[in-house]
Amino acid sequence: MIYLFIFIPFLALIVINLLPQGEGEFAGWAALAVFSAQLAAAALAACGLIGLGGGWLDQLLHFRLLSDRTGLLLLFLAGLVGGTALLSGWRLRGASRSNFINLLLIALTGINGLALASDLFSLYVFIEVVAVSSFVLIALFRERSGLEGSFKYLMMSALASVLMLSAVACFLVAADGMSFAAVRAALAVPGNYLARAALGLFLCGLFIKGGLVPFHGWLPDAYMSAPAPVSVFLAGIATKAAGLFTLVRLVRLAPASADLSAVLLLVGTLSIVVGALAALGQRDMKRMLAYSSISQMGYIVAALGTGSALGNAAALFHFFNHAVLKSQLFVNAAAVEEQTGTRDMDRLGGLAARLPVTGTTSVIAILSTAGLPPLSGFWSKLLIVIALWTAGHQFYAAIALLASGLTLAYFLSLQRRVFFGRLRPELENVKEAGAALLLPALGLSALTVGVGLVFPFILGMFIK
Amino acid sequence: MITMAILLVAMALAALWTVTANLYLRATIALALTSVILTVIMFRLGAPTAAVFELSVCAGLISVIFISVISLTHRLTLQEFLSRRQNRFARFRYLPPLLIAAALAMYFARQPLGVSLPWRETVTDARSVMWDLRRFDLFGQVMVLLAGVFGVVTLFRGAKNRDGR
Repeated sequence: MIYLFIFIPFLALIVINLLPQGEGEFAGWAALAVFSAQLAAAALAACGLIGLGGGWLDQLLHFRLLSDRTGLLLLFLAGLVGGTALLSGWRLRGASRSNFINLLLIALTGINGLALASDLFSLYVFIEVVAVSSFVLIALFRERSGLEGSFKYLMMSALASVLMLSAVACFLVAADGMSFAAVRAALAVPGNYLARAALGLFLCGLFIKGGLVPFHGWLPDAYMSAPAPVSVFLAGIATKAAGLFTLVRLVRLAPASADLSAVLLLVGTLSIVVGALAALGQRDMKRMLAYSSISQMGYIVAALGTGSALGNAAALFHFFNHAVLKSQLFVNAAAVEEQTGTRDMDRLGGLAARLPVTGTTSVIAILSTAGLPPLSGFWSKLLIVIALWTAGHQFYAAIALLASGLTLAYFLSLQRRVFFGRLRPELENVKEAGAALLLPALGLSALTVGVGLVFPFILGMFIK
Repeated sequence: MITMAILLVAMALAALWTVTANLYLRATIALALTSVILTVIMFRLGAPTAAVFELSVCAGLISVIFISVISLTHRLTLQEFLSRRQNRFARFRYLPPLLIAAALAMYFARQPLGVSLPWRETVTDARSVMWDLRRFDLFGQVMVLLAGVFGVVTLFRGAKNRDGR
């Protein structure tokens, strides 16, 4: 079963490209089937209804895959966000459509590889799969802004690769191999400074890949300049998988230490505050969402910095919520841009009357991200604050709480400037977006409300 | 010993070609060649895992460079091409003194670095490393290359028509 997560997207890619393309309808439906199947399989596996054994393929291939609940969470989110991005790009036609679908399937294979890798070098290889497909996806339409955003991401990503490869080289010297077990053993040896230096280098690489402060320069440009469906995929899962998920894996390998905790808390809190403050001053809807993303990722890193089981659980729960909410908000941004032709919030206003579904789902996502009860975001932020407080980091807990106020402030500003107030005369003829954008928006909103109501179930399903 | 010396010289020449080539495509090919020679050297030194890693990284790197080059460059005019060819060695004027300084530093610091290598290679056959130990990475590398190929297709297709060339 577990091998299917790796091979099904790969086989779908081959089949789609072997069959005649036409208008790309078949490719779209086939890719949607792949994303839906992955979503269902990950959920069923998390509930224990299907097994994750390798079976005869394990005998044949010896991939040494790691199947745990954290990996299943990423597989579930990859299916969910990937499917959402695909639907957001449903209106694409011709070469753009087939290129988009092909690259999305390659990126999905990369994310699935990340979820199942049990080795540090394998993690690096699959991070590169996600990164290379993301570079091209950002520049999909070959417009100047897209190429510029892609180039910035590429340059920062190359720097991250150098750091991570240097870390791999150091681990090769300092540990008995690259497997998680060997790296954990090396890090547990007191005085193994080379292994600790390698951990530091790898962490820096991941901070860059995740777009955390102070390595965040590329992220707003990449998110803003990417085509709308690509922004959904990047913000929802691609950068989170490459940066944050790998960070979760790595931090779990290291024994609890004050130094590591201090670094994570500092980077996390800086990201929370800088991201929120920068979001306040934005005019472009997608750019504001990009800065908001940096801020929310900061919460996840700060929670990991506590080093406690509660902190880990809170980080993963917020990872889940953030992926869902950010996908939702980027889908809403795509709907606004598609229907009005602009993302400049100063040229919008009063759209709730014309885009009622988009406006309503946007309110739900915004309130949840700001941490208002009983939505999903409230519970994960509450867990993060409790984890920080009980670990003795009251100062950081207070900053996390105050920054929630900032989150509410910039998101209310977004909602007011885009959806509330008087409708501008030039927007009189705007109509609600098509089903391809409304269905994912409604589905993700339902998930946000549902998870908020039954959060202990979700917490137990993927995070124990 | 002679084979190793030949390989080292070949690698140095390939690396020099990489940084002095005046066409990006040639530079990319030269980089791939440098990497392949380095891989062979690592195999001969009894470090097949490091060699496989080198090859893996190179595959990804080449894809990334290809995409970045294709996305960022435009065709040179004849004048630009000739001017670049003429000045391609100018940026390396500080290289000889730097190389001499590095060689002197290495000569005077020939002491052992003091880093022990706890991990001895138990598998010395490259095929064994590639197929038995790093099979999952191999699949990942295929995907990196596929992403590179689709990247080239995506960014190249129709470019001529659009530019009117």
